[in-house]
Amino acid sequence: MADDHPEERQRVGGSDPEQEPQAQRQAQSSEEQDSAQQEEVDAPLPSSGPAGEPIRIVSPIESKRMNRRELLKLVPVLAVGAFAISKFRQPLLDEGLHFSDWASGKLFGRHRLAQTFSNGDVVAFERFPYNFYDVADPGVDLEKWTLTVQGLVQRPGEYKLEQIQALPKIVQNTRHVCVEGWDVIGNFGGARASDFLRLIGADTSARFLETTCADGYYESIDMETMLHPQTLFCYEMYGKPLDRGHGAPLRLQMPTKLGYKQAKYLDSIRVTNVLQPDKRGYWEDQGYSWYGGL
Amino acid sequence: MATSAAAIEPKETTAAITVSYEHPWIVRLAHWLNAVALVVMIGSGLRIFRAFPSFGPKIPQEDLVHIPGQFTIGGWLGGALQWHFTFMWIFVGSGLMYVIYQLATGHWRQVLFMPRDIKGVWPMARHYFLFGPKPAVDAAYNPLQKLAYTSTIFFGVASTLTGLVLYKPAQFWWLAWPMGGFHFARIWHFAAMCGFVAFIPGHLIMVVLHGWNNFYSMVTGWKRDPEYLG
Repeated sequence: MADDHPEERQRVGGSDPEQEPQAQRQAQSSEEQDSAQQEEVDAPLPSSGPAGEPIRIVSPIESKRMNRRELLKLVPVLAVGAFAISKFRQPLLDEGLHFSDWASGKLFGRHRLAQTFSNGDVVAFERFPYNFYDVADPGVDLEKWTLTVQGLVQRPGEYKLEQIQALPKIVQNTRHVCVEGWDVIGNFGGARASDFLRLIGADTSARFLETTCADGYYESIDMETMLHPQTLFCYEMYGKPLDRGHGAPLRLQMPTKLGYKQAKYLDSIRVTNVLQPDKRGYWEDQGYSWYGGL
Repeated sequence: MATSAAAIEPKETTAAITVSYEHPWIVRLAHWLNAVALVVMIGSGLRIFRAFPSFGPKIPQEDLVHIPGQFTIGGWLGGALQWHFTFMWIFVGSGLMYVIYQLATGHWRQVLFMPRDIKGVWPMARHYFLFGPKPAVDAAYNPLQKLAYTSTIFFGVASTLTGLVLYKPAQFWWLAWPMGGFHFARIWHFAAMCGFVAFIPGHLIMVVLHGWNNFYSMVTGWKRDPEYLG
């Protein structure tokens, strides 16, 4: 087989002293020929394998050199090996998550609506899970409750539930998706967050909205999402006032965010450009995605 | 195989080596990046699944399996999500790199499983697994290889698209529709993972059976004493 294609072989001088006489033929080893050979993979040559791959006859030293050169091209695989080094692992994963959050923010369209569903698709109220991180009922005094509004707003202060309920009421059947992997389609009613932000004179060019909750939970949401038309300050589920398990009297409801972003038992909101480093969100501070966007 | 091994034997004692350039560097780079990413995606994916190991409703929840922690990556749901959302870029990026390269060079014709390959699958499987006679193959890849490699591309595309629906259902709800909806996307995502899990042992067994030279050609591209010259 090797003798079928003599035109591909060339003699070069200075053969390895260990070589035996019958193996004097060596392929030319210049860079030019090497790269040319590799590009010829496309067009089957006479001296090529069934896939058109170039065949060469080389000395062991040349073969080692060729192998080394090709090995260098796999360096990016070694870079991935940095994840195996414990010192680099968490910083790299943080970067990866941060990059995914950044891409998620780019993908988000303020006017692109999440899917809405018919009443027939809504799960029975009894089958809408109560999800809480610590206590199912922090014992909010619903009579005295007010929402504290702070930060970059023209009209900070204490807001009553009636003031929020006086805004146009939006009722929507949307999907509530939990980071664990389950989801339920529920019926939610409330005021558009963008309407309330207008009421309080919020600086909507600010970047974030921070919330604190009566149960000690806390969250922060990007302004783009707060201004999304389906983002609600939610005070009703299934046509009834929010019950204590679902965050009475007021919670966030955003069909474009995962469940853990939908803060319940809202206590205060703050419009801000700077997030406090260890107060980005209860779960986010432990490693969940901050953006949490769907 | 026995005859070719005998023919290769004398060459081992000579100084000159016959080598063939089997795998271009883009293919090798894509292969190894994807191999690492695949292991991470499966391990972290199983950890994520462990948080809700069911395809049914939350209420009442019926767990399908318990996945032992030692088969998983990430330690907890949040950690697994970090791995998953980091390595998804490497997984998809290396997959795209391979597919685009194959399309651009026309090499896809050598590896894409086509209807005409169907009749060759059984003889090849019989040869590998039931000691049947070795069918004559004059192409770069035999029909069983084409089926296996084409399947991985299918699993890769399926896991990427279903993953996109699971990751961004509000943005890509329309993409869930041909999958049978959001819940089915999660099932298909899991099924694509099972496809990879089925492929990997067969692939590794073949690598072991074909020996060091064959394996090394996926590392450096150059294969020493290619068997078709035997």
